[in-house]
Amino acid sequence: MNAESGTNAKTMSMIVTKGSLDWAYPPFILATTAAAMGLEVTMFFTFYGLSLLKKKLNLQVTTLGNPAMEMPMMGMHMTMPNLVSAVPGVDAAATMMMKNLIKKKGVASIEELREMAVEADVKMIACQMTMDLFEYKIEDMIEGPSLGGAATYIEEATKSDINLFI
Amino acid sequence: MADQVLDVKGLNCPLPILRAKKTLKDMDMGATLEVIATDPGAVKDFEAFCRTTGNELVESEAGDGQYRFVIKRAS
Repeated sequence: MNAESGTNAKTMSMIVTKGSLDWAYPPFILATTAAAMGLEVTMFFTFYGLSLLKKKLNLQVTTLGNPAMEMPMMGMHMTMPNLVSAVPGVDAAATMMMKNLIKKKGVASIEELREMAVEADVKMIACQMTMDLFEYKIEDMIEGPSLGGAATYIEEATKSDINLFI
Repeated sequence: MADQVLDVKGLNCPLPILRAKKTLKDMDMGATLEVIATDPGAVKDFEAFCRTTGNELVESEAGDGQYRFVIKRAS
């Protein structure tokens, strides 16, 4: 029995710490899918993850520090050496390639997944400390998330069947 | 013949599951939904979805690069 809702639903919580296009996928895919499977989901957005709650998203990928990054190209895979990230325009080009692939392969956009998470009543908590730290304003954020801190997350986590850090 | 048909051809994980769930929610208990997908991952995912949610996977078949599932709403 779920203590808070009085239902038998399983629960999942996750801490979302990263705000790049590639890292935005796992939390939103898992949150929407878990909600579709009847779980009650809480997402805690902190540090760079908090930027995923901004109304206007402009997510990027970088080749920097990402030696496993390969892009399919003309039937082969092109690796992206770390160093090329320093060349102006390379990360923008990599981002555009990734977005084109996403569209071509029928993968949902982050905006789409986020909207579905909100529709599915996924509980979103924006980290108050990060809001202060990076000087975000509540009016820059989508409607729905509440504000909270570490203790708010821990309370959720102690009641959750699954806890993830992404 | 299923009561309703959902075409999720060309869509990738997790969209087939999310669309199916959204459609099932508005259907009557006991009604059947036929899902047509092209995502090979959907085979295992619909099995897991049905086991977890308590809906019944009545049929699951593959052929011609397409996957067909029939789900009976039971939860």
